[in-house]
Amino acid sequence: MLALAVAAVAVISWLALGANRGWTRTSVPVKSVDAVTGIEGIEYRKQFVPGVDLLGCALIGAAMLSGASFLFRQQQTNQNK
Amino acid sequence: MKKSVLTLIGLFALNGVALAAPQSFDFKDPKGVNNAVFKLDAVLEATEGSANGISGSVTFDPENPSATKGKIVVTAASLHVPNPMMNEHLHGNQWMEVTKYPEITFEANELKNVKTSGDVTTAEAVGTLTIKGASKEMTIPVKLTYLKDKLGQRVPNMKGDLLVIRSNFTIKRIDFGINPGAPQDKVSNEIELTLSIAGAAPR
Repeated sequence: MLALAVAAVAVISWLALGANRGWTRTSVPVKSVDAVTGIEGIEYRKQFVPGVDLLGCALIGAAMLSGASFLFRQQQTNQNK
Repeated sequence: MKKSVLTLIGLFALNGVALAAPQSFDFKDPKGVNNAVFKLDAVLEATEGSANGISGSVTFDPENPSATKGKIVVTAASLHVPNPMMNEHLHGNQWMEVTKYPEITFEANELKNVKTSGDVTTAEAVGTLTIKGASKEMTIPVKLTYLKDKLGQRVPNMKGDLLVIRSNFTIKRIDFGINPGAPQDKVSNEIELTLSIAGAAPR
């Protein structure tokens, strides 16, 4: 149940924060056009955007948690017998 | 009377010479808008970033754009990608070695195939591109836009002209010794560069 929650939170957070299919970013480019020269200037604003690396880690963590819970349940069932 | 007329003609002539003289444009942009964008589009991964540490100077004569010469410098430490670990690697010893090679430069020696229409000149700049200490002769397309008396609109209380340079070209990272051993399916050998810069010539 906890593993499912971790996986759900990871997927929802990843989707909500931009569904970035690249690596995790800690800054995003903000573009603005200079009125006189017409040059598109680029500034970086600090913003956390999780990427597929972080999503993958969270899902692997959830899978491991799920596996561990099955092991734990099996041991408990054996002890009860 | 004759002397006065001659003096006036002389002054006009001098003024004409002064107007036609080549101007030196400084590309150190106080507004920080000048930038160089780099894109690497590999099969497995696309990388995009930019640099805004631009400086250098270009001599441009609006009456004779083909005589344009100059040098543009990009501070290697200003190269930026949005992923912090990738940024650290980019500046590090395997990739750009920014402490050892702090500058990326392009020095234009001549312009070829110059075409001018109004304030816009398109040409091919022949010069030397130096990255990580490796220099290569290159011919790159450039678009120069001369903005007469526009400096005041950008920097209050200043008079002068602006020169906007745009260029888009591709280089091969292996030619400049940028981590030549890196797998090309992850980090493309081809780097697309887009330069958008403005220089000022105050009067």
